[in-house]
Amino acid sequence: MESTLAVKQATDFKKGIQSGISIAIGYMPIALTFGLIAKTTGLALGETVMMSMLVFAGAAQYISLSLLAQGIGIFEVILTTFIVNIRHFLMSASLNEKAEEDTVGARIAYSFGITDETFSVAATQAGTVNAGYMFGLNLTAYSSWVVFSGLGYLVGAGLPQTLQESMSVALYAMFVGLLVPSMKTNVKVIYLAVLAAAFNSIFTMAEWMSTGWAIVLATLLSAVLVETVETFKKSRRTEADE
Amino acid sequence: MSREIIIMIIGMAVVTYIPRMLPFVMFRGKELPPFLQGVLKNVPFATLGALIFPAILFIQEDIWYGLIGAAAAFIVAFLGANVILVVIGSISVLTLYSYFF
Repeated sequence: MESTLAVKQATDFKKGIQSGISIAIGYMPIALTFGLIAKTTGLALGETVMMSMLVFAGAAQYISLSLLAQGIGIFEVILTTFIVNIRHFLMSASLNEKAEEDTVGARIAYSFGITDETFSVAATQAGTVNAGYMFGLNLTAYSSWVVFSGLGYLVGAGLPQTLQESMSVALYAMFVGLLVPSMKTNVKVIYLAVLAAAFNSIFTMAEWMSTGWAIVLATLLSAVLVETVETFKKSRRTEADE
Repeated sequence: MSREIIIMIIGMAVVTYIPRMLPFVMFRGKELPPFLQGVLKNVPFATLGALIFPAILFIQEDIWYGLIGAAAAFIVAFLGANVILVVIGSISVLTLYSYFF
């Protein structure tokens, strides 16, 4: 019994690595650019790689560089990082519903690798996900992020300009690729995505709040609104049946 | 390496890790109310919508760049290709676009 479980985890680990490849491609230009900007900001190579290894959060790392360049203090940088990354709480809570009952240790370990991208890939998988899958997925994404941050620092803008520009679309293309198959089979997915996109656009354009909070609030509003309408419809249907 | 930067990086690491980890410990093995479960199941698709839009419009100064990239990705995905092909397709279309315009 134990050995079949181990075999399943190993197969899922490989499956996780495969799912992580598109993230690894998408991280490449962003990590290279991060390394390059870190160098121009005046960070040491060790600091640059250390930040990618320990923080592993693209947007927050970029923002920290621009704050450092403006001479803003480390306390504000840490606070901003917290606000930018609070959205992961929502993602982890959502993924927790989908995750199999692995040990607490395994969950505490793989939760380190929850990013917008690893979450999106794991959450759109059919069925449940286990620790083996999550480790494979996160490890692939993480390796790309760390290695290319360092390379970006060392070789800088080595890639041709045109390719660098067109690769900036990679992660968004991946998000679209994850969303569309579910949209085709479930109309609810269309409502959820379009509503959240609309809310987020309003919050962003109106400049009421930081990008971090805008994504959290737009996601929550859309998820709650759609669920409320659905619950309401269901209760009406049950009443009609009686 | 400067001591101040290292303290900053560790601080950033801690405040980033806690929101990622907490739900896995807090909600482990707990049966949440059905409504809340439904909301959490909606979160991935809502998140994807919010992550794509409006940010995709601003990846380059030219707003068309993001729109064409998104349209290419949408079409390839709609035809049923897997995610890696969607990514490669979108990159290829944009490479052509910036080559000609």
